[in-house]
Amino acid sequence: IGKIVTGIVKAVVVLVTIIIIVLINAFILVVAVAAAVAVAFVKTAVGCGRTIAIVTITVIVTVNIEASTIAAAAVGTTTSTTTSPATIAADAPAIASTPVVVPVSMSSATGTTCLARYYAHQAKPKSALDYREPVLRYTESHLDTIYALSTHPGKAGVAVIRVSGPHAKQHDVSWSGTSKTTICGESEATVSIEWRALGQRNGDMVSRAFENDKFDLTEIEGLADLLNAETEAQRRLALRQADGGLRLLYDNWRTELIKSMALVEALIDFGEDENIEDDVYDTVIEKVTDLYRDIKRHTEDDRCGEILRDGIQVTILGPPNAGKSSFLNFITKRQAAIVSPIPGTTRDIVEVSLDVGGYPIIIGDTAGLRSSTDVIEMEGVRRAQDRIQTADINIAILPVTDFLSPQSEGHKLEANAISNTGVDPVVLNAIRKNPKTMVLINKMDLFDKDGNDQEMAMAKIRESLWPEFDQVSQDTKDLTITGNIDSKVDHRLWAISCEKGEGISGFLKDLVVSLKDRFNSSLVGGSSITQYRHRKHLENCLQSLEAFMDLGADDVVLGAEELRHAASDLGRITGRVDVEDVLDVVFREFCIGK
Amino acid sequence: MLKASRQLVVAHGVVQLGNTKSACRYIQRLTNAPVAFGASFSTSTTSTFGRGFGHRGVTGLISSRSRQPLLSTWSSRGSRTQMRTVTLAACPEAQPPTPETSFDVIVVGGGHAGSEACAAAARTGAKTLLLTQKLDTIGEMSCNPSFGGVGKGVLVREIDALDGLCGRISDLAGVQFRILNRSKGPAVHGPRAQIDRKLYKQHMQKILHEYSNLTIKAGSVSDIVLAADILPPSTSFAPEQSSRVQGEIKGIKLESGEVIYAPKVVITTGTFLKGEIHIGLEAYPAGRINEEASVGLSDSLAQAGFQLSRLKTGTPPRLNGKTIDYTELTPQYGDMPPSPFSYLNKEVPNAHRQLICYQTSTNSRTHEVIRNNLHKSIHIRETVRGPRYCPSIESKIMRFAAKEAHTIWLEPEGYDTDVVYPNGISMTLPEKEQIEMIRTVKGLENVEVLRCGYGVEYDYVDPRELQRTLETHRIRGLYLAGQINGTTGYEEAAAQGILAGVNAGLAAQSKSPLILTRADAYIGVLVDDLITKGVEEPYRIFTSRSEYRLTLRADNADLRLTRKGYEAGCISDYRWKMFQETERDMERGMEMMNNFTLSPPKWTELGLGRSDDGIKRSALEMLGFPNIKIEHFHKAIPELKEIDLAIQEKIEIEGQYAVYLRRQGAEVTAFMRDEAMEIPANLDYSIVPNLSNETRSKLIKHRPATLGAAKRIEGMTPSSIVELLKYVQRTRQPSTTLTGENIRPGSRKDRIRQRLFAKQF
Repeated sequence: IGKIVTGIVKAVVVLVTIIIIVLINAFILVVAVAAAVAVAFVKTAVGCGRTIAIVTITVIVTVNIEASTIAAAAVGTTTSTTTSPATIAADAPAIASTPVVVPVSMSSATGTTCLARYYAHQAKPKSALDYREPVLRYTESHLDTIYALSTHPGKAGVAVIRVSGPHAKQHDVSWSGTSKTTICGESEATVSIEWRALGQRNGDMVSRAFENDKFDLTEIEGLADLLNAETEAQRRLALRQADGGLRLLYDNWRTELIKSMALVEALIDFGEDENIEDDVYDTVIEKVTDLYRDIKRHTEDDRCGEILRDGIQVTILGPPNAGKSSFLNFITKRQAAIVSPIPGTTRDIVEVSLDVGGYPIIIGDTAGLRSSTDVIEMEGVRRAQDRIQTADINIAILPVTDFLSPQSEGHKLEANAISNTGVDPVVLNAIRKNPKTMVLINKMDLFDKDGNDQEMAMAKIRESLWPEFDQVSQDTKDLTITGNIDSKVDHRLWAISCEKGEGISGFLKDLVVSLKDRFNSSLVGGSSITQYRHRKHLENCLQSLEAFMDLGADDVVLGAEELRHAASDLGRITGRVDVEDVLDVVFREFCIGK
Repeated sequence: MLKASRQLVVAHGVVQLGNTKSACRYIQRLTNAPVAFGASFSTSTTSTFGRGFGHRGVTGLISSRSRQPLLSTWSSRGSRTQMRTVTLAACPEAQPPTPETSFDVIVVGGGHAGSEACAAAARTGAKTLLLTQKLDTIGEMSCNPSFGGVGKGVLVREIDALDGLCGRISDLAGVQFRILNRSKGPAVHGPRAQIDRKLYKQHMQKILHEYSNLTIKAGSVSDIVLAADILPPSTSFAPEQSSRVQGEIKGIKLESGEVIYAPKVVITTGTFLKGEIHIGLEAYPAGRINEEASVGLSDSLAQAGFQLSRLKTGTPPRLNGKTIDYTELTPQYGDMPPSPFSYLNKEVPNAHRQLICYQTSTNSRTHEVIRNNLHKSIHIRETVRGPRYCPSIESKIMRFAAKEAHTIWLEPEGYDTDVVYPNGISMTLPEKEQIEMIRTVKGLENVEVLRCGYGVEYDYVDPRELQRTLETHRIRGLYLAGQINGTTGYEEAAAQGILAGVNAGLAAQSKSPLILTRADAYIGVLVDDLITKGVEEPYRIFTSRSEYRLTLRADNADLRLTRKGYEAGCISDYRWKMFQETERDMERGMEMMNNFTLSPPKWTELGLGRSDDGIKRSALEMLGFPNIKIEHFHKAIPELKEIDLAIQEKIEIEGQYAVYLRRQGAEVTAFMRDEAMEIPANLDYSIVPNLSNETRSKLIKHRPATLGAAKRIEGMTPSSIVELLKYVQRTRQPSTTLTGENIRPGSRKDRIRQRLFAKQF
């Protein structure tokens, strides 16, 4: 009884807090608060004192989140397991003794996501207004040490809190983080917290970096990407950019271009009086040709960087009722798409974002490809076709039954009975059009598992799908049903069963391998273009350079004009090319002085 | 009260003097002059000393809320106090303005900037006074005897298009005319003329003496005279961020003590501000050789808070042409027929008796002599910045040690003189070494040196103090033009002169100003560069400085500017009539060329073969193909022949660049959009949110007039521009309080309003 009494008392305290918040903070939906109150009561009734603390925090925190997420958050709390509160309860006292208090808790739709809020020193919230902006902006010395959640709320799996300023290192121990000189030009402690965290981002870090003049445009974009990074691969890509990998490359081009411009401008402005030799222009043409080649090579990278940054588009295609939605549900581990025995259940595209082996994937389940009189279904098929066109990776799912003649029966997979006659030509076409399509043969559970037979059957299916590649498969002979195949072979087949969940993990492993093949170069090797903006400007720059080369040595002034255009486009990535930059080179290279 | 206030004054504080009496007593103490307790103070309840100007611990203006003008002058010449602040009554020499001593515009200095400025101001209809140290030096060409060149030639044409003088006079005084860059396309043609110094001066003086609305007077200016009734007492926060206007000009004070009144004053004192001549290890104050420097003015400007720095330049020795052996040197002849600078002239008087220039060069022996004597020049040892494009021969040899020879052009200075100007070897070695060095050069083995070369070091005002009209931010009605702004070259000086003169004249008559943007003219480029970037070395125009080089050409300056000038009110009737004819002919010709459209086979029939792509082309479009000239169309379009040749040439160039001009036109539109986005002059940058400290301080320093100008400030980040744009757009809403009462810009309420806006971001 005593427990319940204290519980009720605490609940009242919570209520009062909430009311104050509601009164002052105009941004909160009454509904959301009500939900939170309900949660508070539920928890109190259970009588767990620790949970109350959590709920209190939850409520406070919700104040900062847009109304729409609040409802979800509150719901999440009710359904959450006790694991997260336990973590916090254990950690809370330790943290409280350090200058930075980190009460954390929250649930989100996906399950055990916690929410992190940080308070500067022992500062108690003065009023609810304080919450509207991130609380942890400044320490008492006001402008010295700043804190911010660096990761994107709701996106990042790992929350990174940046602490920047002269006293940052002080927090090392309590945070068990690492410290280094940072983007902001101050010593910094980067702290990784393995809680799934939600929080607020603020512009302190970037603006501080601006003030300390540590960034150029590409680096800032890289940092923005970093903050938004959802997966490991994206993080690595963004880090490369934020480190100035791209800047080095672009700066190099910029310097080259400025040199070329300087030569041309010297020829125009001083050529007459200073006897600047005419072969200067030939040098310029040479330089520009080299530059053109370099930039061209850079832009022809299959857009790896951008794909990685925006997420890899994967499309699931196949005939109706092949198990596409089941597959999606299986790998997302939730009922993302409606599954029913009725062919044509999926109409619109169902998209889910996934992290597969560190790679960001946006997987889309599509309507089964077939002709139909249903207008809505046909629209679904059209959308599916569109998405297949634009996808970076296509996964075709075919039921094994499609390869068997209707009369074949029993639980044995007869290799001889296999043909592609049952496969819809539309599907077949979609598969053949894109040689990189990964084909999954579903519903293998309909047949007894007999390794040997299955292997042969798969070989046969393979053959029937790509008859012209028959020879290749014969030679390599290393085709297995688990898809553990030589990467040289283009056409892959995996036998799976969505019903039983067999073969899917093997397929995912292979998917990661192929993703690595394709995208790792942009993570390790040279920098890749990550922003559409960059690509656009580089393409314009190339166009101008091309025009310059077309002009030849006929008209120096028009040539200079094209170079200026090229420089202005390049400058939009790296910072403006000013005439002073050009003149600096002119006066360094030439002795001009009449 | 008094004691406390004096301390505060020194500390640049804001001082409130309790009553009129104490204010007067305080002024009396400061100035050692009797102050009348007269009308000027009778209504004032408080007088406030404005904040200091940042220099040497003195304060500047006295302002009085009564709005009675207080007259204050600065003078520092040899006096113990750095500043004297006097009322009109306390200045015994200051006679009240009479028609003889009051003008609309006073132009100080009669060099290239000054003579254009006074003529331009007079043309606008303002009663103008030209004040110069010596009447005889008006229009003096103190350095090289030539006008124009690549880029510079376009400036001369633009000045002429605004009805300026230097183009017309160069045509009269020119002894050799050439178009530079003929092989490189018309966009960068550079008309240039070698000039007879004496003729130039004569013609200039003659024209100015006959100019209506213009009075010329010899006299040395010692100070500027300010009125100080405009400032409300500056309040607590961010003094340097509030409006920078700190005074208003009332006139100038001569060395003789005489005060001449004018609401607008243009200062064009060239290298005379604390000028110092260097020859060898000697240094003495002078503006030009044998002419006195002006020291007082420089101090006055410094005290007014202007940022002054030093620059240096140099001039080569002068040679006796009779002692030069030309036989082995490469001659350079003028064009025949010569192209005049002025749009008013079809030909030049000296076309058939052009003089010849000769080319020679230094050699290893020359370089050796220089190297051995480098320690004998203080000019080059100093850290003051000189121009990189016109270095002294000493610095050429130091910086480009590998180069074995440097070109020297031997340019005659006129018809009835033997003086030759050796262009390319400005130097500051002692006299003996100069002669030794020069005699190592081919052709100059026995040359007689008439006057040796020297270096000049001088004060210039940071041109970021200026507005687009060349009026200073700091002192209303004060304009600066020419070398005082850190430029070099006659053409650059004249270009600023005409702009400052026109605007001073217009402002004196309360007419709207003439603003030239980067897209209008090289003059616009020049001014914009000066006021947004400032200068680190003497500034010279290059064609590469202009983004719109294809549009800003020597051939079309009149079409670009004369109408603008006419609308502003600085074009004489004669030129306007001439221009209207040109404009009409141009329109007619363009129409003819545009309307004459043929299919490719038809063009082939006319001998203008193109592969048949089935696209019909106008004659103008045909000009875009290489090697097609306007003469080729004479047969097909006979009326074309009736049009003046110069205009035909313009049409040809327009056609040749048509495609590029269209693209440039789009760029200009975008540019003008930024230029049209004006930033309020009194914007408080301290409350614009999300600016980095660096960009904020840059904006405060430059006070860009437009968004475009803000973009051009070096080191501005795109995000800062976006923030600025957002802020300006938001705060642009009409200033009223909630009750609908108007808010005066810059007032306390206005600042509070701006802060509130800032918070909303």
